[in-house]
Amino acid sequence: MEKNNSKLYLLGFITGLINGVFGSGGGMIIVPALTFFIGLKDYKAHATAISIILPISIVSTIVYFLNNTIPFKISLLVMIGGLVGSFIGAKILNKIPAKILRKVFGCVIIYTAVRMIWK
Amino acid sequence: MKLILIGLFSGIISGMGIGGGVLLIPFLVLFNDVSQIDAQGVNLVVFIPVAIIALLTHRKEGNLESKYNKKIIIGGIVGATCGAILANLIEENNLRIYFGIFLLLVGLYELFKKE
Repeated sequence: MEKNNSKLYLLGFITGLINGVFGSGGGMIIVPALTFFIGLKDYKAHATAISIILPISIVSTIVYFLNNTIPFKISLLVMIGGLVGSFIGAKILNKIPAKILRKVFGCVIIYTAVRMIWK
Repeated sequence: MKLILIGLFSGIISGMGIGGGVLLIPFLVLFNDVSQIDAQGVNLVVFIPVAIIALLTHRKEGNLESKYNKKIIIGGIVGATCGAILANLIEENNLRIYFGIFLLLVGLYELFKKE
């Protein structure tokens, strides 16, 4: 049990560290961890991940804010689009073959990654 | 307008359960001349209201499993503080390159993971 506890703290620490350093990506750590180590079903892991990353993101946001690295105007505009988009995304979630989509998404990410590394 | 569209697109993706942030940040950096650290700040702050709305929906549907959350979140808060301080210390170009390498790993994972 003791060992299990330290694993949970460590898992949280790594998720928080990644999410803080890159301003994103905590979900990429915590979702697989919740499914593989804790055995949550996929949809539950996604939902639970959000409840973990929300407080983590708030803490990181405060640190970024204190360092003046939250541009307000850009954030506001992106936020408007983001809120509308997440509603649309949730609605069409079940209407698109997720398997194919994930592979396409993987390719787009790799292409983007290369552009970022050699900008 | 372009910024709203970028938000819209990444919102749709994240609503579908795929990380919207990992694409939002490069969009801002590559197409809008936003610095890497500012783009990360945008993603963090935009995530907050989107996550709150998503959580309210999930709670209604009973999809939340909070048994282990407390310990993970405590570890997470410590990690998030360290990570955010670190991000603000790393030199701009290096931060973008590290982000790119992380992104590359995420992409490879998505491509090759078994269903």
